[in-house]
Amino acid sequence: MEKFIVHTGTAIPLRRSNVDTDQIIPAEYLKRITRHGFEDGLFSAWRKDPDFVLNRPEYAGASILVAGPDFGTGSSREHAVWALQDYGFAVVLSSRFADIFRGNSGKGGLLTAQLDQDVIESLWAAIEADPSMEVTVDLDSRQVRAGDIVADFDVDDYVRWRLMEGLDDIGITLKQADAIDAFEATRPTWKPTTTPVA
Amino acid sequence: MGRTLAEKVWQDHIVRQAEGEPDLLYIDLHLVHEVTSPQAFDGLRAAGRTVRRPDLTLATEDHNTPTIDILKPIADPISRAQIEALRSNCAEFGVPVYSLGSIDQGIVHVVGPQLGLTQPGMTVVCGDSHTSTHGAFGALAFGIGTSEVEHVLATQTLPLKPFKTMAITVEGDLPAGVTAKDVILAVIAKIGTGGGQGYVLEYRGSAIRALSMEGRMTLCNMSIEAGARAGLVAPDDVTFEYLAGRQHAPKGADWEAAVDYWRTLPSDDDATYDAEVVIDATTLAPFITWGTNPGQGLPLDASVPSPDDARDDVDRVAIERALEYMDLTPGMPLRDITVDTVFVGSCTNGRIEDLRAVAEVLQGRRVADSVRMLVVPGSVRVKHQAEDEGLDKIFLAAGAEWREAGCSMCLAMNPDKLTPGERSASTSNRNFEGRQGPGGRTHLVSPAVAAATAVTGHLSAPSDLSSATS
Ligand code: SF4
Repeated sequence: MEKFIVHTGTAIPLRRSNVDTDQIIPAEYLKRITRHGFEDGLFSAWRKDPDFVLNRPEYAGASILVAGPDFGTGSSREHAVWALQDYGFAVVLSSRFADIFRGNSGKGGLLTAQLDQDVIESLWAAIEADPSMEVTVDLDSRQVRAGDIVADFDVDDYVRWRLMEGLDDIGITLKQADAIDAFEATRPTWKPTTTPVA
Repeated sequence: MGRTLAEKVWQDHIVRQAEGEPDLLYIDLHLVHEVTSPQAFDGLRAAGRTVRRPDLTLATEDHNTPTIDILKPIADPISRAQIEALRSNCAEFGVPVYSLGSIDQGIVHVVGPQLGLTQPGMTVVCGDSHTSTHGAFGALAFGIGTSEVEHVLATQTLPLKPFKTMAITVEGDLPAGVTAKDVILAVIAKIGTGGGQGYVLEYRGSAIRALSMEGRMTLCNMSIEAGARAGLVAPDDVTFEYLAGRQHAPKGADWEAAVDYWRTLPSDDDATYDAEVVIDATTLAPFITWGTNPGQGLPLDASVPSPDDARDDVDRVAIERALEYMDLTPGMPLRDITVDTVFVGSCTNGRIEDLRAVAEVLQGRRVADSVRMLVVPGSVRVKHQAEDEGLDKIFLAAGAEWREAGCSMCLAMNPDKLTPGERSASTSNRNFEGRQGPGGRTHLVSPAVAAATAVTGHLSAPSDLSSATS
């Protein structure tokens, strides 16, 4: 995973609450065998509406999703995180996230930053007034900055540490490579290997 | 204080232990199949990682594979794509794979033991809940999710919190006609489908010691159906005899060293368990399921239960729902239930001993005209062995179909399926709604009961047939 310290980009206002993972990515996309390429499934039902915010040209290229409360409820599918990332989002801002979705996001390297709902409301208004406005999400100082708005956000300490170090679970274990090497050196020689024997 | 078998295996695999963190456990054997691995390989690729120990990893094709015309392209494009992805991923990452057409292809949980790869005291994982099967050898074996599959591929380890231990002691001699399958169905009916949650179940007692390795695998296989992470049987001479001479088993001085270690593994006499269950083997009988979860089982002599028999309101609703789905009436003798299909196979009962038990019943008899019977070996080697013993001729003469190796009708992911409303007697492990095909109805049974049922057309034990022998 890449290290996440500060991210700056444009943002999309998603004025909806209780966005469940079935809306983020419907079940029909789960039969795929890859972990990438889910961008076409992201909000696919809503994107059929040409006026849906993701379809509006002024928000093209945005990398920060500013969503209503209770984002990511419902099914535990990890595909919801993959779809958001594949579409190009690096950060989701909301006043409340569903637990499982938030856990999955941390595993995959998508930052879910929690802000008070009144900050979300002012971000929505500011972005709508100027869609090209740059929004900075600073994980080091736990701060969101956009125009005159400066607000602190909540993020789990352990997840913050992992994101800033650029470590996923596998990355953390790989830091123990010496311990794994040492353990392997002590394994009895008679333990089986799967490579075909003559 | 003494330690249990599970604790010994756990402690012998700790790579790193730190206060407040899960233990990092070394994995001795990682089995892979086509359904749960594609995203894991994709994750490795995206991160630029490799498979740390391809030589401790083995893949086989089983869930999506057809059991006839296996060398033709697979008709369903999604199944075909999953198989093709497995083959190209294994080629790219150097993982050995046994594909359709290989002598070593078959259900992942049949292939590992038959190659001698599953050995006592090992840690074994697979992205498949029935990995518990391998516990029959005294290996700590459990199913994992796709993210964990990726973790094991990359690091050959897993961060885990220790499991609790439960002893299931079955003492006494099993009555004639009662098999490992009946024991495990009775255990699940007793402790419930959630009774094993968070536990490793260790099966002990004279009835377990008397079981063959095939029987022990059947038992451990269905531990997951009681909600347990894993099942275990302590290794003994039966285990060592099964392993001796197998392709990947240790040889010569290595064999001696291995056996010396394996003999240290059984739970110490003063070891304590977090929970204990005791079952009197002499009271057991052929067991079948009537409902839609593996805990809804009863002896064949019983009748379909009534919602009035429920333990509580939740159970009442479960019984009502199961009766409706299974289209059964309370009070009806279980023997009066007629079936359309009999399926013999799966990682629960697709081994040579299971096929022999079926052949013994079918010898000189015919499958009822109203019944279609599928006999599906768990692996290509099981198929060849059965043919060497002439079992295929007995199946075919009785009117059963003899198929190629794979998961087949255990789950509705390949062409072998029940049609809506169709009823089966099946030697597999899950009777969930739609498990064998949308709208299909499943009764879980032992191989011997499956064979007798095929002959009569209704749920039966071999003892029901004795007067009708040709
Ligand atoms: S036979 Fe059934 S339970 Fe066993 S691995 Fe195949 S699908 Fe799973």
